[in-house]
Amino acid sequence: MRQVGSSETNPPPLEVHDLTVAYQKKPVLYGVDLIVPQGAMVGIVGPNGAGKSTLIKAVMGLLPLSSGWVKIFGRSYRESCQRVGYVPQRESVDWDFPINVMEVVLMGRYGRLRLGQRPGKRDREVAAECLDKVKMLPFAKRQIGNLSGGQQQRVFLARALAQESDLYLMDEPFLGVDAATEAAIVEILRELRRQGKTLMVVHHDLPSAREYFDHLLLLNMRLVAFGRTEEIFTPENLQTTYGGRLTILSEVVRVLSTQSENR
Amino acid sequence: MKRKTIKWGFLVGLLLVLPNLAGAARISELAEEDLINQVGRFFSLSDPTLRLALLGTILLGVSCGIMGVFLVIRRLALMGDALSHAVLPGITLGFLWNMRKDPVAIFFCATAVGLLGAAVVQWLRQTTKHKEDAALGFVLASFFGVGICLLTMVQNLPGGSKSGLDKFLFGQAAAMGVRDVWLLGVVTMLTLVAVFAFFKELRITSFDPGFARAIGLPVQVFHYGLMLLLAFAIVSALQAVGVVLVTAMLVIPAAAAVLLTDRLGWMLVWAAGLGALTGVVGAFFSFVGRNLPTGPFMVLAAGLVFALALFFGPRHGILARWWAHRSRRALVRQENTLKALYHVLESEDFRRDVVTREELAQRRRETLEEINAEVKKLSRNGMVTTFRDGISFTPQGWQRACEIVRNHRLWELYLTNAAHLAPDHVHDDAEQIEHVLGEEVVRQLERRLNFAKRDPHGKLIPGLEDIRQWRGTGWNTGRRAVGYGQGER
Repeated sequence: MRQVGSSETNPPPLEVHDLTVAYQKKPVLYGVDLIVPQGAMVGIVGPNGAGKSTLIKAVMGLLPLSSGWVKIFGRSYRESCQRVGYVPQRESVDWDFPINVMEVVLMGRYGRLRLGQRPGKRDREVAAECLDKVKMLPFAKRQIGNLSGGQQQRVFLARALAQESDLYLMDEPFLGVDAATEAAIVEILRELRRQGKTLMVVHHDLPSAREYFDHLLLLNMRLVAFGRTEEIFTPENLQTTYGGRLTILSEVVRVLSTQSENR
Repeated sequence: MKRKTIKWGFLVGLLLVLPNLAGAARISELAEEDLINQVGRFFSLSDPTLRLALLGTILLGVSCGIMGVFLVIRRLALMGDALSHAVLPGITLGFLWNMRKDPVAIFFCATAVGLLGAAVVQWLRQTTKHKEDAALGFVLASFFGVGICLLTMVQNLPGGSKSGLDKFLFGQAAAMGVRDVWLLGVVTMLTLVAVFAFFKELRITSFDPGFARAIGLPVQVFHYGLMLLLAFAIVSALQAVGVVLVTAMLVIPAAAAVLLTDRLGWMLVWAAGLGALTGVVGAFFSFVGRNLPTGPFMVLAAGLVFALALFFGPRHGILARWWAHRSRRALVRQENTLKALYHVLESEDFRRDVVTREELAQRRRETLEEINAEVKKLSRNGMVTTFRDGISFTPQGWQRACEIVRNHRLWELYLTNAAHLAPDHVHDDAEQIEHVLGEEVVRQLERRLNFAKRDPHGKLIPGLEDIRQWRGTGWNTGRRAVGYGQGER
């Protein structure tokens, strides 16, 4: 087990500098600077359309950046993608797809395999362990379409666990799950933090965010505040985050993105 | 819907304008011969042209079936349609290359033009407001229109061997030469090898492209690779099934396979098999029938295969679903009769244990005949014992009846307490739910309701105690102790 926040010489798990993202003429993120310390469990909080998912996707290079750069453990995302685990939003996939639970979790191992290489015995063992951690092992052979929303979310979490990464990016893992599943997921996230992993979790519920996360990232198109929960969770910060959009900023970014499209 | 209409307009127009093209295509140029003779010739495989045509249609069935599965699961079925129509200008360009029907030249020109069509679709999507459907509609129609113009112009050119070029519209398996079949063989092998080698990558990029990119897979490369294989499959199949209908060979066997299995691997196997079968059946009909092109027959055969899968599919088939529905309804009926037996006993505080058939019929509001039939079934399933004058529970039947009554009353209580519905609104809902609640949910409900004893109408809810208690006692002793609620009071 690694020491939480050990030596200062290690590059931080995530460093973001002047990140701006604009797509489909909608302003999304503007000039975000961020250094996430190792072992932090960060809740990304903000109103709808604040760019929470966009931040995560931009960090992973799934969206084109208008400006700025991202470093994961001091390298580009491409170089250290093996060290990043990802839980996408549940709605992002087709749950009628012909695939069963075990096969989805095994996808977490694909990053370690060569092109065309099939998962081996060790990969299956890891996948089974991860399914067990989220209490979904009895469903291993189940078609994913036959799962409830909470079970689907657990399968996605198990897949991320199977990646055995150092930095986890999770997009709304608590959306549409029942209270029991939410508690189970929180317990797993805490266990990951105890192992020295860094977590960035998009979350929609403010009161529980304060309880779950030791760091908060308040977002509303730009970074409002980032730091330890007890320092950040102030009425002023929350007012700035949730107190309406910055209309001029929105307009300027929209014009910018239109221009870049016409270029 | 609208696009479909446009498409049919196309077909009808084509048939009007180019009747000679449609009419001239046939699989065998034999003189008048009777039907039986022709069938015999088909199965004896004595005709070398037929052997070649059969091999070709089997190969194209396999390659189109496999590519079709990826189109269907990626929701790209219309892409196949657009791509196949877009290749038509390429075919004539391939012909113009050296003024003869050279399969290889046609293959490369058609593939290039098809990929150009796919690129135009992509470009329209990215640079305009249009979504994929409008872009596909535009590419399909405009490329096809250009193709028809070119084709007609080439037909009117002097010189060159143009025979067979018109067959590309509706297909003619018998026009396939050795080189055509070789081409099909190479494409099918390439498809099989690529899908086998990159099965895992093709699956993850189809299912969750975002995650695939996040773990560093070149998702775009796989997408375009798949499109290239698709173009290969389409172009190599054109001679046999034609530009207009090749999409059916892509989509229909794959759609049938989706109905037959939930596993991607088996889906590919099924689609390949059904595609090959479709090819053979299509070749058979067009060999036996006269003056008719191969393509439509293959599509008819594919439609037949799809209909079979739709009706007789093991899990999603109409027959299987109808059967499951029927069995469920029969079970619900039986359980309702059990419940009625319980209610009759309950109304007299469980002072007796035998109920007459008349009482039961009255409670169920059914005729005596209907009740007799139900009781016979229940007794066969070991739920009740019948006497000359009446019916009583077996231990098994008592347990099930208690469970159903408990489920019903728990659910009513849950709806009134937790969902705040009025007590007179909850009965019908509970009538449905009582038959499907699992034990795990029942435990949760009990905990949630603090192990309540009475339902919203004041009736006692049988507990685990009551259900189990009966089993220990003999049927003819301790009758009053059998009644539910006794153990808890």
